Amino acid sequence: MDWFLQQLINGLALGSIYALVALGYTMVYGVLRFINFAHSDVLMLGAFAAYFLSPALQRTGSGPSIISAFLIVVIAAAICAVIGMLIEFLAYRPLRQRPKLTVLITAIGVSLFLEYTGQHKAVFGANTKPFPKLLPERTIEFGTVSMQSNDIVISLVTVLLLAGLWLIIQHTRSGMAMRALSFNEQAAALMGVNINRIISFTFGLGSALAAVAGVFYAMRSPGIDPLMGMKPGLYAFVAAVIGGIGNLPGAVLGGLLLGLLETFAGGIPGLSNYRDGIAFAILILILLFRPAGLLGKPQIEKV
Amino acid sequence: MKTLTLCLASVAVVGVAMLTGGCKKSGGDTIKVGEFASLTGKEATFGNSSHEGTLLAVEEINAAGGLLGRKIELLTEDTQSKPGESATVVNKLISRDGVVAILGEVASSRSLEAAPICQQSKIPMISPSSTNPKVTETGDYIFRVCFTDILQGKILANFAGQKLQAKKVAIFTDVKSDYSKGLAKYFKERFIAAGGQIIAELDFNSGDKDFKAQITAIKSANPDAIFIPAYYTEVALICIQAKQLGVTAPIFGGDGWESEDLVKIGKDAVEGTYFSTHCASESPDARVKTFVETYRKRWKNSDGTPKTPDAMAMLGHDTVKVLAGAIQRVGNTEGSKVRDALAATKDFDCVSGRITIDAKRDATKPMVILQVKGGQFKLVETINP
Repeated sequence: MDWFLQQLINGLALGSIYALVALGYTMVYGVLRFINFAHSDVLMLGAFAAYFLSPALQRTGSGPSIISAFLIVVIAAAICAVIGMLIEFLAYRPLRQRPKLTVLITAIGVSLFLEYTGQHKAVFGANTKPFPKLLPERTIEFGTVSMQSNDIVISLVTVLLLAGLWLIIQHTRSGMAMRALSFNEQAAALMGVNINRIISFTFGLGSALAAVAGVFYAMRSPGIDPLMGMKPGLYAFVAAVIGGIGNLPGAVLGGLLLGLLETFAGGIPGLSNYRDGIAFAILILILLFRPAGLLGKPQIEKV
Repeated sequence: MKTLTLCLASVAVVGVAMLTGGCKKSGGDTIKVGEFASLTGKEATFGNSSHEGTLLAVEEINAAGGLLGRKIELLTEDTQSKPGESATVVNKLISRDGVVAILGEVASSRSLEAAPICQQSKIPMISPSSTNPKVTETGDYIFRVCFTDILQGKILANFAGQKLQAKKVAIFTDVKSDYSKGLAKYFKERFIAAGGQIIAELDFNSGDKDFKAQITAIKSANPDAIFIPAYYTEVALICIQAKQLGVTAPIFGGDGWESEDLVKIGKDAVEGTYFSTHCASESPDARVKTFVETYRKRWKNSDGTPKTPDAMAMLGHDTVKVLAGAIQRVGNTEGSKVRDALAATKDFDCVSGRITIDAKRDATKPMVILQVKGGQFKLVETINP
């Protein structure tokens, strides 16, 4: 039972990070109908932004504190939001009228570009770097089950961000424009929605979430390198598909599900090597029975 | 007529190939030696230490007048700690640069990639610190100047049973690494033969960041000690997460741990852990002392302080010395002759100890166990095979 509870906690904490990343994938898909594969590398950039910011911000205070951690996360998110918008402006916007496949391939190109320039000595270098402590850490124990203060913070912030995102999408003009755009781009443009501005905004929002997820991911396992985004990126993409791509609660559900699956499969001696295999087999099963994902609605292609 | 032209043409092509090939081998007034090392990437500190030791040895030989009256020219290629890269760079070193021998790599997986190429081209290859037995089994041109994991597994099994008083051990293996799988296998065989019990075996993939699922499983099995045969980057992260999950059993591993990054990333979480390795820089041996002194004069840490060599640096140094010794004895650089001389290396004085190459082209040498104490690696014991 203790074992089960402990794995549940491990899985939920990991799942919240996947959920944050999956939100970015699903938002961009909802608006533009394409998968932004460079999203996982924005996560990596977020972690590196925090890595470079923390010495400067922590010196003013006394070591890791809540204020410095908050500032680091906010600035890292802002930096990544700008990077996300830049990627969209430079790489995707010129191709918007082209077939979706062109943009998709470009996204893979951007992703590889970020990963491999990041590995160059003059940029970050390929070595794993020790990620600094951002928050004072404490282990909370219930019997033999232990919980990290960091994991609690991560889960809480994920819930808060999700609520914030829901507010933005449902109750602001930009959010309304995003929804309009996802229904029908041309009609939205005719109604006076500034398409370019809204798409930029979507990328900025998604990238900021990825940056937060990147910082959280690095807080859980404090060693960062330019390829660190690949695995959470892949898992979050799968999470978005399981939940129903384009559907925000679905992305969160998929993220949590995948985090739990990975943790429980990885915790079984003898099966731990197959954890990715198990997670992806379940993805295939879900998609066989619900091709639109758990919460997605089947779409009818208009001919 | 057509066949005749074809024949002539092919003769011409072969002739040209032979000419250029011949040129490369005898070429110039230097002896070209190729080195491939993980200068960047996950095992970068290994590659750099090994490279610095290697380069230091080359500089020493050249300063003393060179080899056979010629200077040694070291051509170094970076494998970026990535699979696939080693084959490419070793092919390049052999076919384009025409090196007379290949030195490298630290990681067994990457040495295993390059070994068949060297064997096929009949270019002797000496690995400084790849301990997987399969490396030299590739063929008779492949050598190493360190012990194998058969020995390391045995010594670690004894250490766990006697020093740590462990009866039940959990093993956490990196399934992507030949080194990790091999060491886990030999440890397990010896530990069970000695009456111990392996109560949990879990796996991860190099590059993973989250190990909590497996560590939780290990913890619930309640082992007396945890064996992690892996490289330092993952080991540091595993130790951090083990500490967070309240694991108190002692953790130990093999020579893949010895890197300053283990402490830099792992900080207080790696405190008190043990690992086995090839030799210790604080050894009282006179050869080691001299080497540590020259090395500290030659190489600096990133903050400008003198750098203390680790086992990888000493072994890198030894590869050059063993190779130079063999070339000296033969009097030329012909691959097959150098190979025979390398195989005949006996009681050759090196920094890491006296090297005798055995019938399996491995070196038999003493081994040390170190412990992380106050962020430093402290010598616990020296074990003779």
